[in-house]
Amino acid sequence: MVPFAGYSMPLSYGDVGAVASHHHVRDSAGLFDVGHMVQNIFRGATTTAFLEWLTPSSLSALEPYSSTLSVILNEQGGIIDDTIVTKHAEDAFYVVTNAGRREQDLAWFKAKLDEWNASERAQAGKVEWEVLDGWGLLALQGPAAAQYLQALTSFDLRALTFGKSAFVPIEGFNLHVARGGYTGEDGFEISIPPSETVEVAQILSKLPVQLTGLGARDSLRLEAGMCLYGNDLDEETSPVEAGLTWVIGKDRRENGAFIGAEGVRKHLKEGPPRRRVGMIVEGAPARHGAKIFAPNGGEQLGVVTSGIPSPTLGKNIAMGYVKSGWHKKGTELEVDVRNKLRKATLTPMPFVKTRYWRGE
Amino acid sequence: MLPPLRQLSRPATIALRAARRPGGARVGPFVRTIVTKRYTQDHEVVVFDDSTMKGTVHITDYAQSSLGDVVFVELPTEGTEVSQGDQIGAVESVKAASDIYAPVSGVVEEVNSKLAEQPGLLNKSPEDQGWLCRIKIKDAAEIEKLMDEAAYKVHCES
Repeated sequence: MVPFAGYSMPLSYGDVGAVASHHHVRDSAGLFDVGHMVQNIFRGATTTAFLEWLTPSSLSALEPYSSTLSVILNEQGGIIDDTIVTKHAEDAFYVVTNAGRREQDLAWFKAKLDEWNASERAQAGKVEWEVLDGWGLLALQGPAAAQYLQALTSFDLRALTFGKSAFVPIEGFNLHVARGGYTGEDGFEISIPPSETVEVAQILSKLPVQLTGLGARDSLRLEAGMCLYGNDLDEETSPVEAGLTWVIGKDRRENGAFIGAEGVRKHLKEGPPRRRVGMIVEGAPARHGAKIFAPNGGEQLGVVTSGIPSPTLGKNIAMGYVKSGWHKKGTELEVDVRNKLRKATLTPMPFVKTRYWRGE
Repeated sequence: MLPPLRQLSRPATIALRAARRPGGARVGPFVRTIVTKRYTQDHEVVVFDDSTMKGTVHITDYAQSSLGDVVFVELPTEGTEVSQGDQIGAVESVKAASDIYAPVSGVVEEVNSKLAEQPGLLNKSPEDQGWLCRIKIKDAAEIEKLMDEAAYKVHCES
């Protein structure tokens, strides 16, 4: 057990090592307890407009019961948190944010909500906000996840493609199920009312599903090229630098009125000063904080933000930020690990091909 | 000469007394070899053989189990002169990198080249086949200042 975002959480379960656990999710299925994450509900007539002010996403264009990765930006366009926003209707959204940013996010939501509701923009109806404290959130991930879950429900999961969600009857419970996750595999994130969490977790953790801890969660997400807030994203980083320009709605790039728009537009127009890249490092794995240099003793170009020896690839993978111009794939750079320079080759992400269910 | 393993199981007091003897030539047939096992704060073990003045460096079982599956080991170059406390390499699991420090001063005489191909030996056999390197020790007094097994146990529990 380790402290994580104010919770005590398991790095691994029982005597299943983090690497075996990682492979099990890639080959079969694993269940992650992510109930520490913050589940928010926003309701009210002007909710879409409010969330389009809080994020740069095109939420009015999002189909009901669809999700998108998004970012909450500060006034400068730096990332306060990354989040998954699910639209249920124009006036109802389900928003999941990071546990490690709980305090900052909740303070920001409260301040912005008060500002919104006191303004003319809320004339058509105020926005109400509820935090689903005590609710469970379980992520069932891996190529065997769909078959496992299908055996527990009459709902045809083939219709629930990547990025979609639905209320699904599971063994007598009616649960919000979102197809997606943080591993690059097919999978589901299942939200559970407080009184049902233990029973549902038991139903979802029978063979071949294995309970999977934080250790494997980190190595799986990094292979999938996904960011971990605090490592790869922070308030000094814009979504354009982070390679998350795709989360900014195309219709909102020119004149969308979202918080932080000015900073984001500057990076969109002039190009960002640095960019997030993936790399494969020879010899030793480069970790968070390792410095990146131009070849042959050149200048420092940036820093590694996450790095591991990849269990799937057997190579050292890393992501980090480099000066613009040095970010093209195939570029050879050097990374300092324990005072020795190691060769690093920029590689497109994801490192391991994603296997989402996008329909037949 | 007794097999080292058997000597390891002797009471610590004997080993301790042995380690306090001044270093130097000890070639007579009646002088016993004493093998001493000592631990560092950083979870290295050094097994010191006073007849050869060599110390074999390992990580402890406690260290390997908290690191998890070891996937890469970086070792010093043979012939390197090291001072006690110098960083001489690292052990990497998927989770984290853990630096290895020289438990004693001396010259690295040999490294376990098997670990390049089989880093998992550190998990399977941390205090035997998963040895890291052998150091020709300068000053046997440095060994004495390290923790014995009982003190190390307390250190792990604290």
